Amino acid sequence: MALAALPPPRRLDGGHLIKDAALAALVALVLAIPLVGFQAVEVNAALTIRTRFDWMAIGVAAVFAGRLLLRVAQALRPVRTGEARARWLPTVDRRRSALLAWLGIAVAIALPFLPFSSRYVVDLATLTAIYVMLGWGLNVVVGLAGLLDLGYVAFYAVGAYSFALFAQWFHLSFWECLPIAGLLAASFGIALGFPVLRLRGDYLAIVTLGFGEIVRIILLNWVPVTNGPAGIGDIPRPSFFGLPFAARAPPGTTSFHDFFHLSFNPDHRVIFLYYAILALALAINLFTLRLRKLPIGRAWEALREDEVACRALGINPTTVKLSAFAIGAMIGGLAGPFFAAKQAFISPESFSFMESAMILAIVVLGGMGSQLGIVLAAVVLVGLQELRGFAEFRMLIFGAAMVGIMVWRPRGLLARREPSLRLHGERGSAA
Amino acid sequence: MSDPAAARLLEVEHLTMRFGGLVAVDDLSFTARQREITAIIGPNGAGKTTVFNCLTGFYRPSVGRLALHRPEGEFLLERMDGFRIARHAGMARTFQNVRLFAGMTVLENLIVAQHNRLMRASLYTVGGLVGLPAYRRAEAAAVAKAKDWLDRVGLTERADHPAGSLPYGAQRRLEIARAMCTDPALLCLDEPAAGLNAHESAELNALLRDIRDDHGIGILLIEHDMGVVMAISDQIVVLDYGRKIASGTPASVRNDPVVIKAYLGAEEDEALPPEIARDLGGRA
Repeated sequence: MALAALPPPRRLDGGHLIKDAALAALVALVLAIPLVGFQAVEVNAALTIRTRFDWMAIGVAAVFAGRLLLRVAQALRPVRTGEARARWLPTVDRRRSALLAWLGIAVAIALPFLPFSSRYVVDLATLTAIYVMLGWGLNVVVGLAGLLDLGYVAFYAVGAYSFALFAQWFHLSFWECLPIAGLLAASFGIALGFPVLRLRGDYLAIVTLGFGEIVRIILLNWVPVTNGPAGIGDIPRPSFFGLPFAARAPPGTTSFHDFFHLSFNPDHRVIFLYYAILALALAINLFTLRLRKLPIGRAWEALREDEVACRALGINPTTVKLSAFAIGAMIGGLAGPFFAAKQAFISPESFSFMESAMILAIVVLGGMGSQLGIVLAAVVLVGLQELRGFAEFRMLIFGAAMVGIMVWRPRGLLARREPSLRLHGERGSAA
Repeated sequence: MSDPAAARLLEVEHLTMRFGGLVAVDDLSFTARQREITAIIGPNGAGKTTVFNCLTGFYRPSVGRLALHRPEGEFLLERMDGFRIARHAGMARTFQNVRLFAGMTVLENLIVAQHNRLMRASLYTVGGLVGLPAYRRAEAAAVAKAKDWLDRVGLTERADHPAGSLPYGAQRRLEIARAMCTDPALLCLDEPAAGLNAHESAELNALLRDIRDDHGIGILLIEHDMGVVMAISDQIVVLDYGRKIASGTPASVRNDPVVIKAYLGAEEDEALPPEIARDLGGRA
């Protein structure tokens, strides 16, 4: 962008400012003629073109005035560097992030009982929790082991479909299917891991992208098993330790509201699913935090830093990579059944590349390797996707927000790496 | 002084490494002994680093036998994968361009070096997850060992800093400490003195002598800094164009006319066209 690259004028030079603003207005004009100037409208079932040159003029004038004001403001204020610009964002040290984490957990637990809460809010929170879990899973692969995976959605799909299919064919319950989904996804992770052992960086990313598409296309075309594009419906809902959430319990069982002497409320099921994923996500978080402090976790990070040095230290890169793929895939696979249970219907459409990109965006925006950052990024991105009020501008705002985060926080929202162990304790010899 | 009675540690016999038509190492044989520092020297491109890469499994040699003698048996390095050479045969190396885990802390670098022992102690992660006391003891021992090495290379103060933030000389020392944390039988150092100032070089000499004398291991060294090589080596192997042109004690190598010729190219001026030779002579 030639315009943006212009150095800010040091002093107020009228002619220069006008010229600069006029150039910006000219660019706006060129863009506005096709985008705003003409509008296709349907009049009596015939398509005609209406001109909107008045709107165009307003837009161009606004760009001219805006650019002029921006330049004047820049000239009046001292030039600031990127470091200084980010200072208004709070820095997050260990104590603050621990506080933030506990606060987040408290809000998450209280959420269904807050006054503004509704079925929609709880549903949205469930979706957010699913994305948090997916983000944490992908974080093992991308953030810790440094293996760029663009097909992560495949493991999510394996988890969701294994629940749907096992429930349909073998009448297994949600809780029986959950470990199966995790194990199946982990074995898919190893299956993906083997062919890509020798690949790194861009090449690895391309193969994982292909893997994600292969899984989606198999789901789409293996109609006898997966029902193809029509998807699988009537997925059973999880029960509360054997007590179904139903207005009228099936014969031989007691329903949840009867057992606890409550009046029937369909929200119970939604809230229960939310708590179930919340509990599992927190357990997964403890699990990964623990792994990070074990030799396996340090080997992942060492692999990310330098594979050649790992080899020279006697670390087998094959097992390290495969374990990262397997653990990451398992976490994705565990998130799958929750999605299937929430929707009660799944189809290959839900597992497109866009989903992989969304999960990767959560990991990158959150700050690679940061568990709390991923939660924040998931809340922001899922929230942005749900901006119903803005209708068609939703994706525009979504994109702009992503650009904004990357400009102000190039290494993610929370990018501080906490050492897995310390010699001198918390404040020891910190310089 | 080279002591023929010292135990043979590494025997390299007829090592040849070809890359297509290029012969990088040509029929090289030498022996490195325990409790000795063996230096491999030679002009740039003589094939020194290639020898290292063959020894540590990064290349598979075209011809040759590389035998490492350990109390538990003989390891034929040319048949082993890179990471197995480090894990089982006890061969540790550093790199010409320092390869630390830059984003991890100094301490973590030394703990990662003890990965295999800790992995066994954690019962391949399962025991570590449930917090087995045996694993906690093993981790404490690993930290103690790392602390010991940090003290020796003078980096204890900076243990919790990212390794990439250290000054260059400190990174070199840390890389040696990291290699030593794998409990090697043979330590291979690729130009450890490159980029060090005179003071740091002297410290390095002392450190390498200590390692040789206290740990009783062999050290194999590639080095350009003749001050370091002559001061600490027990034996020197000189390579030129992939071939061994001389070997022996520092004193004998220093005075070997073949070596002097390889380094200074004494006779080669005569092969130049007369006008160029005159130019060179005129400038000098």
